Amino acid sequence: MNNTCLLRTRGLALSIPGRVLLDDLNWQIQAGECWALLGRNGSGKSTLLHTLAGIRPAQTGAIELPHEGNLQSVTKLPRRTIARQMALLQQHTTYPFDATVEQMALAGRHPHLGAWQQESAKDFAIVSQALEDMHLSGLEKRNVSSLSGGEARRLAFATMLVQQAPLLLLDEPSNHLDIGHQIQIMRKLRALIETDSSKNNGSAALIAIHDLNLAARFCSHVLMLFGDGRYLAGPLDEVLSSKQLSELYDYPIEQLLWDQGRCFLPG
Amino acid sequence: MRHNYPKATLFTLVTVCLLSLLLALKVGSVAINWSDLWQIISGRENEWRDLVMQLRLPRALAALLTGAMLAMAGCLMQVLLRNPLADPYIMGVSGGAAFAALSAMLLGISAALIPAAAFAGALVSILLVFAISRGSGPWSSTRMLLSGVVLAAGWGALISLILALGPDNSLRGMLFWLMGDLSNARIPLAVWIAFPILLLLLMLRSRSLNILALGEVTAAALGENTRHLGWFIYLLASLLTAMAVSIAGSIGFVGLIIPHAMRLLISNDHRLLLPASALAGGSFLILADTLARTIAAPLQLPVGVITALTGVPLFLYLLHRARIHS
Repeated sequence: MNNTCLLRTRGLALSIPGRVLLDDLNWQIQAGECWALLGRNGSGKSTLLHTLAGIRPAQTGAIELPHEGNLQSVTKLPRRTIARQMALLQQHTTYPFDATVEQMALAGRHPHLGAWQQESAKDFAIVSQALEDMHLSGLEKRNVSSLSGGEARRLAFATMLVQQAPLLLLDEPSNHLDIGHQIQIMRKLRALIETDSSKNNGSAALIAIHDLNLAARFCSHVLMLFGDGRYLAGPLDEVLSSKQLSELYDYPIEQLLWDQGRCFLPG
Repeated sequence: MRHNYPKATLFTLVTVCLLSLLLALKVGSVAINWSDLWQIISGRENEWRDLVMQLRLPRALAALLTGAMLAMAGCLMQVLLRNPLADPYIMGVSGGAAFAALSAMLLGISAALIPAAAFAGALVSILLVFAISRGSGPWSSTRMLLSGVVLAAGWGALISLILALGPDNSLRGMLFWLMGDLSNARIPLAVWIAFPILLLLLMLRSRSLNILALGEVTAAALGENTRHLGWFIYLLASLLTAMAVSIAGSIGFVGLIIPHAMRLLISNDHRLLLPASALAGGSFLILADTLARTIAAPLQLPVGVITALTGVPLFLYLLHRARIHS
């Protein structure tokens, strides 16, 4: 596992009118890491993901990405460059116009193609692989508006895979998914992070998630947002405890030990 | 791609377009037979040469280009507003043009200067939307849309005022302009130059249009500067609309139904949709104008009446068909 930093924040603050959500976030994510982003509703998880992706401007502080050997401020990089370094899976996806599943997944190749360039056989192969990974093979020509909630979610995940960015920001990826597919996408993420680390420059993920057991089972690190400016970041084993979680959610949470690790239940 | 044969689709549309042009040259107050038409087209002497080359051809070409520009502008506004029911006039460009054109008519300015006045009015409207929606804070297309829609309502009120104040003898001309009329339409050289440039610029960004259609956050996450792209689309759509309305008045419906029909029939992929809409819009307007000048001959109807009268049933049929297929 190498130690390439994929994103770093310095003194990052997030606020919404009348409330500071997050104050002075000094944090970095390195290749090979899988971070769970935990916090109550409205604590700023989505806001943080959008800000890190450079889509929402940061009021104070800096977000830096590796570019040409140095860390550079996200505000100075073209959006196309950013999109090749990080992908964002949004909490909701809507499709105002008709499109097929395949067309939608091909959108993930956009940052890799020039203005006149058509998608090549390679791009179609990447899409086909991602759809197969997400158990969507055979649905290529289906209209996206006819997909079920879970299928649409897996399509959004496939589109993110197609983007082939080393840093993945995911906003509640397991929403709408059945248990089998929840485990499957988390496994896919882990596999991606582990195989990429050995061959390319490595990849990492930051996952906003409410399912503590998925987080405990698949993540290596935890970033907790308390919604009042405070945060807590560190390796999962050090940070994730029933005491800390009870404080985070302002609700008693019990930890159970079983032969495959820990699990957390609301008290 | 949803449609597997983009080349075949475009070839079909080009053929339809050429056939529409031939029909427009052939029919009218004097019906010209095919051999005469062939003589004229191949540059030989013929007694109807002036009628075809000086009257029918320029008018048909004006219809072709106007229809193409309106249909493309409609496509663009639909992407910009992420609403398949948006049309080129929604942001007030035609309102500004109409206000200026009608004011010029009210003041008795020479008919030859009406297109220039209309274009100037459209430009003022475009710049007003820029100025009003350029506030501080994060950019949003909603603010731009609202500025445009409110401005359009304002122009509408001013147009009603002019119609109320206008002397009876100029009302007919004003109404023809508002409905859209190609009888005296000619394409200025500037438009012949500008149109291919705008088309090229749009084709370069056509995949970006596909991405923006997925929403602003998605587009940004996939590498688009949505603010720049949004203004780019607004500016190009507005220029196309401004040129179209200054040539032919505010012809309704082409900019709404042609792109939508192409979305239903062909694809939402703008790399195919934009040229397909341009060809279909051009053909549709040539045919509508041919009908407008023949159906009640020697009376000439404003083409806008025909586009609406034929467009409504055509569109409802397509919608019905699409529902059956899905």
